[in-house]
Amino acid sequence: MTVRVALPPHLRQLARIEGEVALEVEGAVTQRSVLDALEARFPALCGTIRDHGSKRRRAFVRFFACREDWSHEDPDAPLPEAVANGSEPFTILGAMAGG
Amino acid sequence: MSGVRVLVGTRKGAFVLKADGRRDRWVVEGPHFPGWEIYHLAGSPAHPDRLWASQSSSWFGQVIQRSEDGGRTWAPVGNEFAYAGVPGTHQWYDGTPHPWEFARVWHLEPDRHDPDALYAGVEDAALFRSSDGGATWQELPGLREHGSGPHWQPGAGGMCLHTIVVDPTNPARLHIAISSAGVFRSDDAGTTWQPKNRGLVSEQIPDPTAEVGHCVHRIAMHPERPDVLFMQKHWDVMRSDDAGDTWHEVSGDLPSDFGFPIDVHAHEPETIYVVPITSDEHHFPPDGKLRVYRSRSGGGDWEPLTKGLPQQHCYVNVLRDAMAVDGLDPCGVYFGTTGGQVYASPDGGDSWTAIASHLPAVCSVEVQTLP
Repeated sequence: MTVRVALPPHLRQLARIEGEVALEVEGAVTQRSVLDALEARFPALCGTIRDHGSKRRRAFVRFFACREDWSHEDPDAPLPEAVANGSEPFTILGAMAGG
Repeated sequence: MSGVRVLVGTRKGAFVLKADGRRDRWVVEGPHFPGWEIYHLAGSPAHPDRLWASQSSSWFGQVIQRSEDGGRTWAPVGNEFAYAGVPGTHQWYDGTPHPWEFARVWHLEPDRHDPDALYAGVEDAALFRSSDGGATWQELPGLREHGSGPHWQPGAGGMCLHTIVVDPTNPARLHIAISSAGVFRSDDAGTTWQPKNRGLVSEQIPDPTAEVGHCVHRIAMHPERPDVLFMQKHWDVMRSDDAGDTWHEVSGDLPSDFGFPIDVHAHEPETIYVVPITSDEHHFPPDGKLRVYRSRSGGGDWEPLTKGLPQQHCYVNVLRDAMAVDGLDPCGVYFGTTGGQVYASPDGGDSWTAIASHLPAVCSVEVQTLP
């Protein structure tokens, strides 16, 4: 499956990515499998979205799919079909925490 | 002609300032990593074009960047700082137990001889070392597991290990400082540690002369006098003549003995510099005057250095890692402010010039003296 991932500007800058990323994901398309594929392709992102050891989402990072907040969903739950087939991106955001 | 490279970490990126040995014309490069907090940059004494930067963000955590060309280009290296074993708890601000959690790297200390080796001091307080140029990091857990660890408390900036001083004549001897735990020394390359806070008096803690719990802001050493240490504490400027075994106060006639940085002249081991700050409640200079104070007698007697520095309506701070000296003759002295100015003195502090005036708040200043 080719999955589209949209990253926030700081992480695009860190990984030297322009625009969205298209990732080949093996097996079920879940938050975990998408993030595993993302980190494998861009090792500089390891530790910036989820903890190195526990793989828990960093507190100020949010995940969205099809305009729904997936931040607190089971990381092994299947993402919506529209994300799995590439018609919608899996969106990673920095939480709104400005002044 | 020799030159200098000033490495500036700010709240919104890193900057590299360069000049030749005259130090009168400066080129400013940056921002590198715009928008990220850069707590510290450091260069390898063994390979001066190799630099490291501690890049962090409350959103995206810690990144370590490395440059092989003096800061023109950078690439991320390892950013996994895993405490050894189960890290347990320290005290929170209210005295309750709080789990040890990695937040960021405050300070990087490259090895003098090995371009692949460096230490990292982190929050929550611990010491890490890399022997592969920063690709991987291993904790030296003997410090955190020192018996007093569960009693350490954070300072206002977090419970950070912010200072790492290595004895150049005996690399197995390390001094580190933690806010708010104090100074610790290892004589076996970081395997075991002893608190070295005898003589410190902190009226803000229940036992003012406790073995640990002191908010040490910075310590400094001249490389030719490794047994002599200078300290800027939360309050008090202190000196040790026995490698930290005992300390005595040398605040003398300073207008305030509160402050953050302290540094030593490159060629005069008894000449030291501090930047007095009004108080822990008012993190700005006394009377709105930005004054560096210099002692030529190792403390006690101090003179204000004001030429070129703002002497009215100045309410910036100078953070603990934001002062450095170069190795040229005369010695250059540099510091950065929370107002985004970087000041340089090419004459040991007699006169100052702003070599950058409108940067983000400066977290750290390091200087490389280049051949």
